[in-house]
Parts: sequence; structure tokens; C-alpha cells
Amino acid sequence: MIETLLINYEEAAAIILFGIGFTMLLFHRNLIKKLIGMNIMDTGVFLFLASMGYIEGRKPPIITDGVMDTSAYINPVPAGLVLTGIVVSVSVTAVMLSLTIRLFKRYHTLNLDDIYILSRHAEEDR
Amino acid sequence: MEFIYSLPLFSIVLSLFSGPLCMILPGKAARYYTAAFEGLLIGADCLVLARCVKAGEAITYTMGEFPAPWGNEIRFGILECLVALCFLVVLLCSVLAGWRFVVHDLDETKINLYYTLVNLLTAALLALVWTNDIFTGYVFLEILTLTSCGILIVREIGRTTLAAVRYMILNLLGSGLFLLGVVLLYDVTGHLLMVSMQEAIGILGDNQASMTVISLAVGILTIGLAIKSGLFPFHFWMPDTYGWATPTSASILSSLVSKAYIFLLIKIYYRVIGLDMLTRLPITKVLFVLGLCGMVFGSVSALRAGNINRMVAFSSAAQIGYIYMGIGIGGLAGYTAAVFHILTHAVTKSLLFLTTPRLAEVSGDTLLFKGLQGSGLRDRNAGLFFTVGSLSMVGIPIFAGFSSKLLFAGAAMEAGSPKKVIPVMLVLAVSSLLNAMYFIRTVIRIYTAGGREGEIRTRSPHRLDYNIPALVLTGANLFLGLFSWVVTDLIQRGLLIFG
Repeated sequence: MIETLLINYEEAAAIILFGIGFTMLLFHRNLIKKLIGMNIMDTGVFLFLASMGYIEGRKPPIITDGVMDTSAYINPVPAGLVLTGIVVSVSVTAVMLSLTIRLFKRYHTLNLDDIYILSRHAEEDR
Repeated sequence: MEFIYSLPLFSIVLSLFSGPLCMILPGKAARYYTAAFEGLLIGADCLVLARCVKAGEAITYTMGEFPAPWGNEIRFGILECLVALCFLVVLLCSVLAGWRFVVHDLDETKINLYYTLVNLLTAALLALVWTNDIFTGYVFLEILTLTSCGILIVREIGRTTLAAVRYMILNLLGSGLFLLGVVLLYDVTGHLLMVSMQEAIGILGDNQASMTVISLAVGILTIGLAIKSGLFPFHFWMPDTYGWATPTSASILSSLVSKAYIFLLIKIYYRVIGLDMLTRLPITKVLFVLGLCGMVFGSVSALRAGNINRMVAFSSAAQIGYIYMGIGIGGLAGYTAAVFHILTHAVTKSLLFLTTPRLAEVSGDTLLFKGLQGSGLRDRNAGLFFTVGSLSMVGIPIFAGFSSKLLFAGAAMEAGSPKKVIPVMLVLAVSSLLNAMYFIRTVIRIYTAGGREGEIRTRSPHRLDYNIPALVLTGANLFLGLFSWVVTDLIQRGLLIFG
């Protein structure tokens, strides 16, 4: 078990990163730290993809020296997926940061529990 | 390739372009444009549906004509077009009927931006229903999440921002899990196109190590989508999200967005895993149990809710439980019932969410039960529509909800094993009873004379742009109730060619 983890240390690290990010996003009360957790979680997935796509000893799929054999190159699809994933992750982070700014302007705190209590006091149920 | 087969792709691309177009239009024009455009989409979808029914097969549209393992594909059959049609009709009705509330709830300069978001959301919904590529599914899933968050926060009160943050956090957890599941599946199979993935999984079926990874990946992916669609115990964000959004948004979020995730899940089960392989995985049992729990606990929460919107929102949690129970029962009958309930809930819940603000309007803008007394007498149209929606949710014959429940019971009987039949029957009975308790109680309250009698009139009582969409939704509800066999027949034919 430990041995398999050590051989696949990149994947193991990726899953650990995913776990750290996931728990941070779920349990942390501070909104900014939640966002950092989200980014760690996404990074974990990207690391996983990138490490799975890389094959030891092969080159990126750009033909420079006339070698046309596919076995000389790594699979470019995971890299493409990582790029798409990064774009998605950046846009989600931007939206969440703007929401956080809006909440901070209104309630002057980043703690989600406090904001919840404040919002209950501010506007009673209609 | 015939022109008609390009229509789904055109629908998605044109919706994506309509978003930016609405940004430069003034608010009112953006609304008219959006409504007209949805109408066009409905027409296009009807054409494709008619062609699919006639051809009796699903059509795979390869983009750029790149063949199977490399290119990106759209695949549409009877089922996809039927679900898309239902989504588009509900969307159009929500846009039309919620217009007055959008004007009231939003800043005047931001109305066109609202319709920008609605158009992008349409594109994401259609893409999720039609795509045949799992990573495209992920990308549009995120677009759907962002746009649904957008239509929630346009109403700038503190409550919606907070609700949006909680909604987004839950959704991001779900997206993260979904992405991890997709990546794991891609690692095992080496494909992203759903059909190619299924072939690879079929070959890997005998390999124990690969099956462990597949089982894990499917589990993670399912939990991700379950969180996003609000299955028990992840339903606690629903009342705040649906309760404070502007009515159009509440209607779209509850009846379409969460259903699109479930439809994607069904598609992945059918097209990536395959039903035979799925029976070997433990995840459907988990969905079955969580679905049953959701049906009861959602209703119990609804019973205890303090205001009418929260009650309707919690009732959504219960209805999501029904759909997952159908998936958990499995088999053709189970999935038919689940898809039928997706349609039922879409037309019913949108009607309810579009009606409650009208009832509130004639009661001094309160959503509390006490203030709503007699509101059905003050605004007779809204009262009638609310009653129709309630009766359908409770499961009174001739309404859509009754057909759904009948289908669920039938599916459980067909599954045969007493381990499924007894819990399903029991929970169906308990859930219907609870539904009846809170919905009938509310209907009686809004028809009890008293409260603010004669004090407040609705701002514009006989507006056609509200009444006609609401009538369409009511008609759809009655159609699903009275002629359910037409729809179930279509769904079954669609499911048979779905995989």
C-alpha cells in the first residue's frame, strides 16, 4: 500500500491537495480562506491530470526533428484539459471575490457565521 | 447532413451570442428579444423532436466532421429533445410572467444584464442536455453554476448575496468532485466522448483494479452532481436561495438548473457506465436511500417553514428526493418515472414560484402565512394557479403529480424485490400525506376570508403577460396528468435509444 503510494507520489500528492482544499472550502469560516481552499482543490486536480498525462522520456507533441511516430510524444489532451480547467477556475474565483467584496462592504466582516447572524438581525423575515 | 440536424448546435451557439447582444440593448428590448428568441428555440426544438420521433433513432452530430474518438459531438434523440422542449417552455413562461417583478426588484440599468445571464443560462442548459462529451459537460456545468449565481445576486439585498455565497460554495464543492470524477474516468478509459468511454469500460469490466477506480470515480461524480442538485442532506441552501431571488430566478433555479444536473447524471449512467455495469456499483443504492430520506425530511422541513416561499423551496428538496429514488429503483421503469418527474416538477414548481409573489403582493408584501390569509380571494387568478400547483404536488388525480407517483409505484413493483417495494410504497404514502398537510393547509389559508380584506389591490390585476404563461404552465400540468401515456411512451422510446 505505502509502496504504491510512493511510486505514484504525484497522484498521492494531488489527492492530498484535493482533500485539503475540499475541507478548507467546506469548513473554514473565513471567506477568503474558503476561496484559497477552492484554488488548492482545483490545483490538486490539475496536478493529477498533468502527472497522468506525462510519460517518462517522451517529448511534448511538437514536431521539430521530423519524428512522426506517436510513441515519441506525450498525450497533449490532459494539458488541454488543464488549460480549460484553469480558465474555469479563474472565472469562478473572480465571481466569488466580487461576491466577497459585496458582503464585506455590507457587513464589514469576512466570517460567514457572523455575516449570517448580522443578516438575520438586519432584515427580519418578511 | 441535413440542415435540421444542425439546429441543436445553432441553438446553443446563438444563445451564447444572444448574451452579449442583450448587453447592448436597452432593458425592455432585451426582454422582448429574449422572449422572441426562446420562442424560436422552442420552434427549432419541436422540428428536431418531430424528426427524431419520425426517424426513431438518435442522431450524432460531429462538429467539424472529426470522427468519433477525436472530435466533439452533440447527440440528440427523442428524450433529449423532449427534456429540452420542457426546459425551454418553462424558461419562456418564467421570463414572461416574472417581468413585472424583475422591473420591481432590479436596478433599472441592470435589467438588460439580467437577460444576458438568462440567455447564457439557456445555452448552458441546452448544451448539458445535448452534449456527448463529458468534459464539455463539465465546462457548461460551470457556466450554468456561474449564470445561476448571477441571476440570484441581481436582486441586491443582503440576503441574496449571502444566499449566493452559500449556493456557490456548495456548487463549487460539487463541481470539484465532478471534475475529479471525470478526470479519474478519463485516466482509466483514455476517452472523453461518452460512447468511446463506455466501450473502454466494457473492456475493463473484468479487471478488478480498474473496476475499483471506476466505482470510485462514479461515486465521486454522482455525489458532486447530487450536491449541486440539492439531494438530501445537501438541501439546506435551497430555502434561502429560492426564497429571496426574484421570481423568474427562483422559478428557473428550482425547476431547471437542478434538473439539468440530474439529467446529466442520468446521461452519464446510460451512456458512459451502461445500465448493466451500473448494477455492479453500489452508488445507486446510496441514491435510493438518500432519495427516500429526502422525500421525508424535505417535507418535514416544509411543514415547519415560516413563510410560503421557504415552504415551496423545501418541497423542492422532497421532489428532488423523488427523482433520485427513481434513479435508485433503476430499470427502464425507474428511469422513465425519474424523467417524467423532472418534467412534472419543472412545470409545477415554476408555477408555484411565479404565483407566491403575487399572493404576497396583495397582502402588503409579506410572505408569512399569517399575512397571506385571504390572498386567494383578493387575487383570484393567482389563488387559482397556486391551487393547481399545490394539488399537483400533493398528487391529486388529473394533475401531473399523480401520474408521477403512479409511475414511481409501478416502477417499484416492476423492480420486484421487496427490499425496494415496501420502502417505496411506505415513503410515497408518508410523503404524500406530508405534502397534503402543508399544501392543503396553505390553500385553505389563502381562501379563508379575513386578513387585509379589500385593503390592498394588486398593482395590475389582469395582466395578460402574467396570466397567459401561467395558463400555459397549468395546461402543461394537466396534459402531463391526463395524457401521461403520450409522454411516458416518448420517454421510454427515448430511453431505449439513449445509451
